[in-house]
Amino acid sequence: MRVELEPLPAVLDLRQAMAEERADVHPLGPVVKEIRIAKGDPEPVWSRAAHVVEDEVESGAQEQLYIEPQGMIAWAGPEFVTVTGSLQCPYYVQHGLCAVFGLPAEQVRVIQAVTGGGFGGKEEYPTVLAVHAALLALKAGRPVKMVYDRAEDLAATPKRHPSRTLSRAAFDHDGRLLALDVDFNLDAGAYVTLTPVVLSRGALHAAGPYRCDHVRVRARAWATNTPPHGAFRGFGAPQSCLAIERLLDKAAAQLGLDPAELRLRNLLQSGDTTATGQVMREEIDLTGLVETALELSDYRCLRAEFARANAVAGPEDPRRGVGLAVFLHGAGFTGSGEKRLASRAGLELDGQGVVQVLAASTEIGQGAATVFQQITCGALGVTHEQVRVAQPDTAHVPDSGPTVASRTTMVVGGLVERAALALRAALVADGLAADADPAAVARALRERGRSHGGERWIESYQQPDWVVWDEENYRGDAYPTFAWAAYVAQLAVDPLTGETRVEEFTAVQDIGRVVNPLLAAGQIEGGVAQGIGFALLEDVRWQAGRMANNRLSTYIIPTALDLPRIRAHFRETPAGYGPAGAKGVGELPLDGTAPAVLAALDQALGARLARVPALPEQILPLLTPEATHA
Amino acid sequence: MPEPVVLRVTLNGEPRELSCLPGERLLDLLRGLGLTGVKEGCGEGECGACAVLLDGRLVNSCLVSALQADGATLLTIEGAGQDRELAAVQAAFAERGGVQCGICTPGMVLAAGALLKRSAQPAEEEIRRALAGNLCRCTGYVRVVDSVLAAAERLGPPDPSAQE
Repeated sequence: MRVELEPLPAVLDLRQAMAEERADVHPLGPVVKEIRIAKGDPEPVWSRAAHVVEDEVESGAQEQLYIEPQGMIAWAGPEFVTVTGSLQCPYYVQHGLCAVFGLPAEQVRVIQAVTGGGFGGKEEYPTVLAVHAALLALKAGRPVKMVYDRAEDLAATPKRHPSRTLSRAAFDHDGRLLALDVDFNLDAGAYVTLTPVVLSRGALHAAGPYRCDHVRVRARAWATNTPPHGAFRGFGAPQSCLAIERLLDKAAAQLGLDPAELRLRNLLQSGDTTATGQVMREEIDLTGLVETALELSDYRCLRAEFARANAVAGPEDPRRGVGLAVFLHGAGFTGSGEKRLASRAGLELDGQGVVQVLAASTEIGQGAATVFQQITCGALGVTHEQVRVAQPDTAHVPDSGPTVASRTTMVVGGLVERAALALRAALVADGLAADADPAAVARALRERGRSHGGERWIESYQQPDWVVWDEENYRGDAYPTFAWAAYVAQLAVDPLTGETRVEEFTAVQDIGRVVNPLLAAGQIEGGVAQGIGFALLEDVRWQAGRMANNRLSTYIIPTALDLPRIRAHFRETPAGYGPAGAKGVGELPLDGTAPAVLAALDQALGARLARVPALPEQILPLLTPEATHA
Repeated sequence: MPEPVVLRVTLNGEPRELSCLPGERLLDLLRGLGLTGVKEGCGEGECGACAVLLDGRLVNSCLVSALQADGATLLTIEGAGQDRELAAVQAAFAERGGVQCGICTPGMVLAAGALLKRSAQPAEEEIRRALAGNLCRCTGYVRVVDSVLAAAERLGPPDPSAQE
């Protein structure tokens, strides 16, 4: 066989893709997905507004860097495929295997093994690894185990989409936001994969938590010749929240207002509409949220103190800054996504009266199993010994949808709660007293288990009628509810090395009712840590379309020494949509951490950085202008 | 084919004779014995998930040749329950949210236990320094540090007679 290869010029990053608009990179063209959101009419506003501010912001690829690399074990024959491995979404893997092997779902079994972190990185790629391992197992007639080493994992698996956002905002004399125009761009890589949905979430968060009558969002995902980018906690929103927050910080400087003050004048209120025309039905107190963050962090005093200290700082004195970001995160799938998924989850009562939670949502460290057990115990009125959580196994649990989009507690937890309430009602019908204590409920469960052993209580998700979404025109209720947050970062920059040390971090949020305070705080702290990495450290270096620094000695994530004591504070408004008023939490902290850090850098440096990660190489020249002239 | 070499070690409190190949990593030897609490996160000594105690010293077992363990006392997370400091750290991690996905936890617990053996009442900065070689992607380290502080408090000040 003779193969002739002709190397063609490749498109290797977003800037090149946007500049060249090459049609030959992907069958769909240079742009593989475009979304437009329109509200009001910004055009006439630009000429009459007192202030118009323009900005451009870029973010790099970010690697999920779960500490356990991807791995899968497969068994396969002509009539079956079974896999077990490190994964977030068992039914996604089953779907992929069915398509490749031409088998019905009953013959393809996927079992989640104990999984060492995911953060979106094990949403999509485990399907690829499962297919590879299963094909090899079929050929070999033996079980096959494939475990990526770190270099393989970093080279092959999808990362957060690099982004480039060009934006413009108009303000009146008092700093009220009149019009907003956002041109949001993501680097899709060489294949489409999850890019359209990542782009969608990015576009839907592009206007931030601000009231504005005239909005245009144009969101495009560009094809390049790099490995495809994919899901990473936040899913497009960290990139667009960074852009709107950078724009507001620039506007505050231009208008001569404190960045916090500018935000306080423009926050969404209950009854306002978002860029998609969604009416904010829920109770929102963003002013209270922001004021709480400012007070807990001592923002106003620090702001004044650092301004004074930086003005007289000697060449070797640290420069300090404090910065605020205000943001939101839509919980659950976008638009009609949850309706299409129609997730199922529930309970099984065994012959001994032990209740097992049946859900395909995976425990990947975030606490899904604990929260499901807790919700079930609460609704049934029993102690935890009486409730277990089944291992996600497609042969045993119903399809609860994927473990993504901050939906596990809110959506699937809601189904589990409903199933538990139905079981409780059945016990009451059996004669259980309405005010029975946990021991009495346990007795009733044992009794019912003896006669009805194996009975299942499965609930299906039904979207409420008031959620109306027009996918065609991007109008209506993008998410059934939003989580809200205000974060403050305080940091110091070493003028000799350009290193930034985040000294304090205050994270205030409203995620509705907090189901489990310990786990919820853990989600915020861990998310802020990843956000600080995104802002200051984590830099995927590309070389001819490959990740050049695919090792832990060259791709740097925060250690215990790089992070401050992150303070998570919850303002509970039990207006959420999930069990007992809960909202989603997992992704929220990724949206606002980097903009808070960059805002603090603005003050420390007296200059703006428009790209994350903000590395010492970019920071140092800003601190020593004379060095650039030397 | 290289000839297997016999090592004599004390592994998690038991004297053992183990067969290894020259060039075999201590990490692979231990996992091959079913001690899968020893995790491989990077294979180059950056993440600390494969940490074990070798003669009481914290080492990354991916960077240690199995041969170097000949004659040594080895402690992996599987043996932590027998050790006063390590058991206290384990309990504190479980109670205080020091664990999320759990992959870094064996190394974290061993690193924290090794710290508490040499410094019974460490300050937060000292704890952060001692754990800086153990990467965690889930927790942001807040509850990890709190767990170590809690374990130190539970263990109390060092026994003065033991110091002599």
